[in-house]
Amino acid sequence: MGAWKWLRERALNIYAGLAIAYMLIPIVVIAVFSFAETPRDRMNFAINYGFTLEYWQNAFAVQELNDAMLTSLKLAALSTVISTVIGTLMALALVRYRFFGRRASNLLIVLPMAAPEIVIGAALLSMFVIYSVSLGFTTLLIAHVMFSISFVVVVVRSRLIGFDRSIEEAAADLGATPFETFRFVTLPLLWPGVMAGALLAFALSIDDFVISNFNSGTTVTFPLYVYGAALRGIPIQVLVLATMLFIVTVAAIVFVLWQQRRAERMVQAQA
Amino acid sequence: MRTIRRRLVPYGLLAPGAIWLLLFFVVPMYYMGEMALRSGALETGGFRFTWEWANFPDALEGRGELITRTFFYTVTATVLALLIAYPLAYAIAIKVSRRWRLLLLFAVIAPFFTTYLVRTIAWKTILADPSPMVDFLKTVGIVPENGRVLATPGAVIAGLTYTFLPFMILPIYASLERIDLSLIEAAKDLYASARQAFLRVTLPLTMPGIVAGVLLTFIPAFGDYVNATVLGGPNQAMIGNKIQSLYLVERDYPEAAAFSFLMMAAVLVMVLIYIRAAGTEAFMGEEDEGR
Repeated sequence: MGAWKWLRERALNIYAGLAIAYMLIPIVVIAVFSFAETPRDRMNFAINYGFTLEYWQNAFAVQELNDAMLTSLKLAALSTVISTVIGTLMALALVRYRFFGRRASNLLIVLPMAAPEIVIGAALLSMFVIYSVSLGFTTLLIAHVMFSISFVVVVVRSRLIGFDRSIEEAAADLGATPFETFRFVTLPLLWPGVMAGALLAFALSIDDFVISNFNSGTTVTFPLYVYGAALRGIPIQVLVLATMLFIVTVAAIVFVLWQQRRAERMVQAQA
Repeated sequence: MRTIRRRLVPYGLLAPGAIWLLLFFVVPMYYMGEMALRSGALETGGFRFTWEWANFPDALEGRGELITRTFFYTVTATVLALLIAYPLAYAIAIKVSRRWRLLLLFAVIAPFFTTYLVRTIAWKTILADPSPMVDFLKTVGIVPENGRVLATPGAVIAGLTYTFLPFMILPIYASLERIDLSLIEAAKDLYASARQAFLRVTLPLTMPGIVAGVLLTFIPAFGDYVNATVLGGPNQAMIGNKIQSLYLVERDYPEAAAFSFLMMAAVLVMVLIYIRAAGTEAFMGEEDEGR
């Protein structure tokens, strides 16, 4: 009976542990097998391979993969900048002002998040086909900014809602112009939210396959390269680059979290 | 003069984003509808607008099985995700210490930081036959001795569940975290059993999270075709596979547009029915944001 009781008390934690393991298995597998000596240098997860640093040393040996990764990084960077600026402005409007059309704007922002990706991709392609727009980097950028905006708005808005406006009023009382108030008070406090939104936009863009597949033409992004390569066998370098991307993103998130904490402390210190 | 200018400020802030979303989300939806009413062929001068309503029944014809299958996979995956997510979110939000909480939340969103496609392909290789994982499943008896995992409905459902699990966990976690624990204490003081306290207090309070999680899982899973392509065989194709091939391989744009249009409509109807039944509009983000 003792064992049964022990199990019952911990059942929830064990269940949670298993669920977490399920979520992490593929990530661990990707990282581990980027170090595995694999026959023909193509992805294969049989278990009895030796350890090698070969693929990390030659991480950039596959030219097509490098090109695709560079395209993805460029696309993600541009789409992040555009969608973060546009999305932050929208969030400011929605939280700070009461105006005619506010509900409609909210709906306009929620809908793209609620539509299946394939429908978004298909609709864009339909329009591009009708107007004979040639598909490529520009159409990808248009699409990526489009699906990132809503997420930026949601993230920045959640930050703005908890915003103490008395600090801004204090700045104005002390003679700051509206621009100075925005630049030296609002923006620094808003910054972690903006960074979080930007990070999300970047992750969404670099990860996107479905919408890109519809609107890429002959341009190849990282996910599109992987999809194409899956037929012939995926070079191990894909695992290496995916692991690198993972590490960089995690580092960026830790940095943003750290900044957020700092901003919170700043507010507390001022209060 | 100043008040007019001040009134215009929100519109100025809103304009770039609103115009982008209108031009590249709303207008394309219109063109998808328009495309669905065209007829013709690429070879003979393209498609012309002819009020071709027949495209809609054509898109559905002979695809009953495909549609039921998609519906079945998606519903199963959503239910499984809910069953996995709720206890996990509960453990993270209520059971564990603060330090563990951050770490576990991090683990929950970690899949977002590796490319979705690479993850799915990793699953394909993990579940390939032979592989240690499949051997294990055979030993435990989940998979029959001469069976395989890939190219079965189970593989696609597991893939869908895996892919969209974080979207189920996060909203449920958020709603659990907001619960005032003293309410549960109060229920227990009033002689509710742990089970009653959960069913009468905790569960109702987390309904908005469950509703949001179900929608955020169901909608993208319904349109997904990556899992069916990578983990399934030809007999596990979903609606997304057909739409994708109609658009990108067969280039029958009108029929493809009609099919996507119907899919979007079906999703909207299901979402509306579900929201009605669940009795919450939390998903719309319309709750008043204070201030």
